[in-house]
Amino acid sequence: MFSKNRKTSFYILAAFFCLFVFFLYGPMFAIITLSFQGPNGGLTFPMNGFSTHWFSKLFQEQRVGDFKGSFSRSLTLAFIVMVATVVISLSAGMAFRKKFKFSNSLFYLTISSLIIPSILLTLGIGLLFDRLGLEGHWYTSGLGAHLTWTLPFGLLIMFAVFNRFDKSYEEAARDLGATNWQVLRFVLLPIIGPSLVGVGLFGFTLSFDEFARSLLSVGSKNTLPLEIFGMTTTVTTPTLYALGTLTTFVSFSIIAICFGVIVILEKRKKKFGDDSGKGLI
Amino acid sequence: MNIQLQILPLLSVLVLFLVAPVVIILAVSFWDYTEFSLIPDFVLTNYIEIFESGVTYSTYLNTFKFAFLGWLFTVIIGFTLAYFLAFHVRTLRWQIILFLICTIPFWTSNIIRMIAWIPVLGRNGLMNSLLLELGVIGEPLEWLLYSDFAVILAFVHLYTLFMLVPIFNSMMRIDKSIIEAAQDMGANSLQILINVIIPLCLPGIAIGTIFVISLIMGDFITVQAMSGGQSASVGLAMNNKRALLQYPAAAADAIILLCVVLGMVAILMRTINIRKEL
Repeated sequence: MFSKNRKTSFYILAAFFCLFVFFLYGPMFAIITLSFQGPNGGLTFPMNGFSTHWFSKLFQEQRVGDFKGSFSRSLTLAFIVMVATVVISLSAGMAFRKKFKFSNSLFYLTISSLIIPSILLTLGIGLLFDRLGLEGHWYTSGLGAHLTWTLPFGLLIMFAVFNRFDKSYEEAARDLGATNWQVLRFVLLPIIGPSLVGVGLFGFTLSFDEFARSLLSVGSKNTLPLEIFGMTTTVTTPTLYALGTLTTFVSFSIIAICFGVIVILEKRKKKFGDDSGKGLI
Repeated sequence: MNIQLQILPLLSVLVLFLVAPVVIILAVSFWDYTEFSLIPDFVLTNYIEIFESGVTYSTYLNTFKFAFLGWLFTVIIGFTLAYFLAFHVRTLRWQIILFLICTIPFWTSNIIRMIAWIPVLGRNGLMNSLLLELGVIGEPLEWLLYSDFAVILAFVHLYTLFMLVPIFNSMMRIDKSIIEAAQDMGANSLQILINVIIPLCLPGIAIGTIFVISLIMGDFITVQAMSGGQSASVGLAMNNKRALLQYPAAAADAIILLCVVLGMVAILMRTINIRKEL
């Protein structure tokens, strides 16, 4: 396994890996293909022609529930959750670099937020708002429910980032007279920027796709995953797949954008982060 | 900047949307109810009914079965994939690329990923067509979709990543010189795997286990969608009571489930220090 030449074990494991990737993506490609069914096609293969009929069905109001409304709600919510997750995780992550009272308790509380059964959480938030006489909305109770899911991921990433962070950069900046704000703006953020984009990616996609924690917490207006799940029982045409293709496309676009930004930030880091060999400027 | 201010946003979200909901569920679990309303009270009937009902035990048994099988497959597959990535893929660049290929579906919708099995496993789906074509079976298999098999398959499909990531992380932290030392002492690949790599990966396996077990124990949507309502899980039973507006009964279910999950996680937590593993 550690010799120069590839051994049989490499090829067996590589084959296993490919098989897993096929298992992972195969079904997704099946529905993407089927969403382009001809107008007379059904929910399974074979393809009966090729059309974008089912996509246009999606945009016809009332045919398949409130698609447009739930889509824009989910996008907006995901964006808010993304920003909130980045800011809150960064802030808490910075605090956790120092020792403070109850830091372990806060850490384990955050972990419990991750492992607590979603159905319990969504029921609890629903009941809480109900009992307080407040009306739940996707941008209040729904937002909170999503943050309980995204923040633990954000914080765990921040831990991983700061465990590998070399404090001497900050110390050097301070020695040169930088204020706290300048250290954050000109030293910390440029270095951990790519990781923050990663946190944002988690925040956006986890919120955009969250079903279980949304169920009883978003109030009367559905977010997209709830709408899609409702459709699984009522819609028996490839419209369902068209919707799946469209949301998957949105997710993939977000992932691609985040990766792009990460690559750009890393390049900037390389370009501006090191002036060795340039002599005194 | 002072620390209190830095942790305030996180703390307020957790208090408002995690602690408060659990507290209210705990309170409501002792309430009485009629068909139409909740009656604030302190009764144990909700719990007594749950413990006296045979359905509870069979539901838990079924949920444990899902959790165990889901865990078993995800740990075997996750470990194998991580092992390949960490020790057989040679450049960091390819490790990252292959790792991301495994990760990307995690950022897409679980619901869609479940729906995606319909054209594959359904009665007229790809799998049945293929097997019929090959003459392996005479008529379509009915148990591929809407069955316990489909539920486990979906769990493996959705949650293997939660196992892969922490195990891969553990493997990448193994000092290569330890492995070289084992080789110098004459250990073969299998011996290195069993005596060096697996023991050093136990924290990663434990973290993955925490994720997978707690996700499956609390699941209701995968079981409902993939079993077509033919199988039961604790979360699903709870959601059904909730749908019948029996909130106190659902709340009592939730509290028991929470205790079970936290108990399982607490046992696993004793074996590791998560903050050190990150």
